[in-house]
Amino acid sequence: MTLVFPKESLSAFPKHLTPGYRSTVKRSPSKPLIVVPHTLSELTGPVYGHDAVQESDADLTKQHKGEPLGERIIVHGQVLDEDKRPVPDTLVEIWQANACGRYVHNVDQHPAPLDPNFTGAGRTITDKKGYYRFVTVKPGAYPWGNHHNAWRPNHIHFSVFGHSFLSRLVTQMYFPGDPLFPFDPIFNSVADEKARQRMVSTFDLENTIPDWALCFRFDIVLRGREATPQDTDKH
Amino acid sequence: MSDITPSQTVGPFFAYGLAPHSRCDWKPSDIYDWKDTVGANLLTPDVSGTKIRIEGRVLDGDGMPINDAMVEVWQADAQGRYAHPSDSRARPNTKFMGFGRSATDKNGVFSFDTIKPGPVSGPNGKAQAPHIVFCIFSRGMLRQIYTRLYFADEAANDGDPILSLVPADRRGTLIAHKEVRGGLPVYRFDVRVQGENETVFFDI
Repeated sequence: MTLVFPKESLSAFPKHLTPGYRSTVKRSPSKPLIVVPHTLSELTGPVYGHDAVQESDADLTKQHKGEPLGERIIVHGQVLDEDKRPVPDTLVEIWQANACGRYVHNVDQHPAPLDPNFTGAGRTITDKKGYYRFVTVKPGAYPWGNHHNAWRPNHIHFSVFGHSFLSRLVTQMYFPGDPLFPFDPIFNSVADEKARQRMVSTFDLENTIPDWALCFRFDIVLRGREATPQDTDKH
Repeated sequence: MSDITPSQTVGPFFAYGLAPHSRCDWKPSDIYDWKDTVGANLLTPDVSGTKIRIEGRVLDGDGMPINDAMVEVWQADAQGRYAHPSDSRARPNTKFMGFGRSATDKNGVFSFDTIKPGPVSGPNGKAQAPHIVFCIFSRGMLRQIYTRLYFADEAANDGDPILSLVPADRRGTLIAHKEVRGGLPVYRFDVRVQGENETVFFDI
């Protein structure tokens, strides 16, 4: 199977310069990006084996002596390509604030407590059906300095690889119905409403475990679709 | 229209999850530990080729260091082979992955220990000069930016099919220059995200 990575698929991505998110002003390229063909260097990318991670890396509630405080949740879904084929054996990494909205990072000075039983980092490799699953606690919302009274909606950061270096994706998973959505310039940097909704997980009652944890489903669609005969002719 | 998942910024706090043992100082205490999946040392015991170090800074539009960037590199081995199913050639150095990740430190500095890649096949059967693909993430970047590092001491740069698509007056931003430190070749490569001498980024 030969995959192609049409650039049109990136149309829903945020613009590099999105002034509502102030930090983009000095951190976005100002000169035109140079269009180049995809070569072997772009069409390949890192491949991980299952030995790269431990099974326990996917349970963020079991990394310390005790259990973290907060609302225990399950976050799961499939990593897919543009043809909705599963992407198996790919590395999925997550990191997040604790239930109080505080990150384990020196730079985070939000006056909310750290939790000695929570780091907030997890990782796993997708199975043969492209499926991943994490157990964690629901991250809290937190303030940031972008503008007066700015708060980030609850979110979990995701980093995913896929079939090539072109399918590499870093994104954020949000929770359904968050009242902060209309006010967040990062969420709204994605201009298209339908595309924004693709970053919002859905509540998954079926996979919620009674008396134990709510479940949220988050499917991730990466760049890459099967080449048609027409695409193949171009190569 | 495709329905891929949109990109969002890596934000300022990724280091403890993605690059815990990299150059970024993130730890509020010793009780939080997390091992690297991907580090800045690409060298493996079985790797062949010339050992080199890549070192540089990521700078913003004011020329100030970006101290919360994550730099990822992807490269071929010394024979120009990628550790990927699309490159089916036999690889004697099977452990060499060709992938590295470095967070920047307070001075915006990243670094990698690796081997110099060999020439790679390119479009229409034309060889590409040795190069390393760079992918950069940071707070203030809503999506990653891609660039390439080429080596100043490579005659093959002149005929490289990708470099030739870059306006001649901007090609220099993709060239790393060699210094030798304690016998180790160190290639210096600064990434200027914006402004004068802005690094060439690719629309791929």
